[in-house]
Amino acid sequence: MSEQPVIDLREAVAVLGGFPVLAGATLAVQLGEIVLLRGPNGAGKTSLLRLCAGLLPLARGSGQVLGLDLDGEIELIRPRVGLLGHRNGLYADLTVAENVRFWGTTVGASADEIDAAMDRLGVSGRLADVPVRRLSAGQKRRTALACLVARRAELWLLDEPHAGLDAAGRDELDGVLHQAVASGATVMLASHELERAGALAHRTVDIVNGTVVEDAA
Amino acid sequence: MSRFQVARLVAVKDLRVERRSKVVTNQILPFAGATMVMFAFALDSKGVSGVDEDGQRWTTDVLALVAPGLVWLATLFSLLILVGRAFAVESEDGALDALRVAGVDPAAIFWGKSAALAVQLFLLELVLVVAAVLLYNVDVPLGGVALLGVTLVAATFGLAFVGTLYGGLAAGFTGRESLLPLLVLPVVAPVLIGATRAVESALGTGGVALAEGWPWVGLLAVFAIAFGVGGALAFGPLIEEAT
Amino acid sequence: MSQTTPPPTRKLGTGTRATRAIGVAAVVMLGWLLAFGLGFSPADRNQEEYVRILYVHVPTAWLAYLAFGVTALCSALYLFTKKHSLGFDRFAGASAEIGVVFMALTLVTGMLWGRPTWGHYWAWDARLTTTALLFVTYVGYLAVRGLGGSHHQRAKRSAVLGLLAVIEIPLVRWSVKWWRSLHQDASVGEPGSGVELDGLMLFSLFVGVIAFTLLYVWLLLHRSRALAMEDVLDDVGLDAAVAARRNETVGVAP
Repeated sequence: MSEQPVIDLREAVAVLGGFPVLAGATLAVQLGEIVLLRGPNGAGKTSLLRLCAGLLPLARGSGQVLGLDLDGEIELIRPRVGLLGHRNGLYADLTVAENVRFWGTTVGASADEIDAAMDRLGVSGRLADVPVRRLSAGQKRRTALACLVARRAELWLLDEPHAGLDAAGRDELDGVLHQAVASGATVMLASHELERAGALAHRTVDIVNGTVVEDAA
Repeated sequence: MSRFQVARLVAVKDLRVERRSKVVTNQILPFAGATMVMFAFALDSKGVSGVDEDGQRWTTDVLALVAPGLVWLATLFSLLILVGRAFAVESEDGALDALRVAGVDPAAIFWGKSAALAVQLFLLELVLVVAAVLLYNVDVPLGGVALLGVTLVAATFGLAFVGTLYGGLAAGFTGRESLLPLLVLPVVAPVLIGATRAVESALGTGGVALAEGWPWVGLLAVFAIAFGVGGALAFGPLIEEAT
Repeated sequence: MSQTTPPPTRKLGTGTRATRAIGVAAVVMLGWLLAFGLGFSPADRNQEEYVRILYVHVPTAWLAYLAFGVTALCSALYLFTKKHSLGFDRFAGASAEIGVVFMALTLVTGMLWGRPTWGHYWAWDARLTTTALLFVTYVGYLAVRGLGGSHHQRAKRSAVLGLLAVIEIPLVRWSVKWWRSLHQDASVGEPGSGVELDGLMLFSLFVGVIAFTLLYVWLLLHRSRALAMEDVLDDVGLDAAVAARRNETVGVAP
């Protein structure tokens, strides 16, 4: 494709506490792809996702996300990217509905879009008015996903999204990701659920020692 | 969304969290009240006396004399706890990260959190003033109510802006919350000085005239504006976590 | 933005011809200061020999404020110039460190002067109090510099803090000054108050200012170069760490 890749990293190095969590990663992700990041614990999957979300600064090398430079245009990248990290980013004392509404409203989503997101992830109805503190881990994950859906991001970055979800939740997640790609988004996810995520993804990429070793789909 | 709308969103969110968790009302307010009691234990409450300009003899409690200062000291200590709490809410589940990724304008986050903090701080100060009236034998003359009110508002905003600014900085570094007092206290020294003098004027403590308080309010207002603007500009760079 | 510090030149120390010249000049001026301060200048009419402490106290106070002015200026230059050169950040940091030391000296000499002259070590006079507050402020600034992160993160954070401190200075000065003017004894305890300086004493003071200014410049150049070397060390260390990580058999992140 001659289109500009959504993610274009060249020998990217990122540092955390003096340690190079990414030690020269080169990766290109095209529009509409679902890419699976695979690798052992500590390989740098989370760091790669955070780098692309604009949370981890680029120390060496070059990188572009959505055509914008990671080394200087981070403020423009962030609003267009959605990250689901290890933590859920929820306010424990607020209800599910209040959380999704807050996060959706910060990006300008309408009330309908917010309700639709909650429906999609099965956290509308009775659950909507329950404080997040009282939810199970899986329900919290669903809520976090609803917040992500409400963001309507162009690039979705997910860090082990299937973890904690029941079988129905996992199916719904897959459906949500397909739908996102169908409406023009690009997805990159890190997962240890190799069967499920492998079936979902167009392409699998291996991360070892902070570098990328490509692997065909 | 406009910056103002986002700020309001953040402020409402913060206040809603407080309304549900009631940490301020159940923990921080009692702490502030307990501090006022501790002050009484620590400071000698033997009376002082003197002769005023008309040759009249007066006596007063030490506590009544220093009550304005004690109110503001208790406020400052509580501010540190309030700020810690405000950012613990964000760090608990990685919400501050999420706010950054959301690409929300940092100035909006700053004003929103400052506004919520100011509301909580203002209520705390009212409680402390009441505590001073009850515990320290202080009277609030009717003529001083306006000055007292304006002082509380002006000082509150200054404290809220400074607290939010440096709280955001300290929040990004786990284990560095102890940095917050070191950064905040020298910066809010002008507020402590000005607010105490203004309240002394409002209450007529030690014979201070009412008119003397208003210049101090001017100082507090300048302080609040300086940090309201400067803080909004500085907040973005300061909440970037170290890597 | 440059991502790495340029590699060092072949020399190992931080001295150059310029710093050596400045160093010699500083030593000479300090020698003059000793001579004039302790020897040639007369004792004050009222306070006798203790006035000589002023020859150190006043210059260090002046230098402390100069140092913080440099910090603020370099902070602004780092933030608002296109290149965002880390050199400015290092100057700002080095200047703040030196400023804190000079401020501590100012406070200590003030106390040493106050005790024999007025009988108390500390008086809440406007200048001393302001100095004490600013001292703590800049200690905080240095603490934040040590928080870690990439060079540019540290630089940005410190620069912002350095500029905020500039806002604080007038606010602190006014509030403290007004506060102390409420007390009739505002002039008591201020080092230098009630002292009349005649020709030779003024000259000694002048010598002191020059001597300490030279000392400041010398320290600034050396310290900022040392900071540059530390940054280079970090970068080289990172390169080595990156290479090591790539060659690990099993990657383990902290």
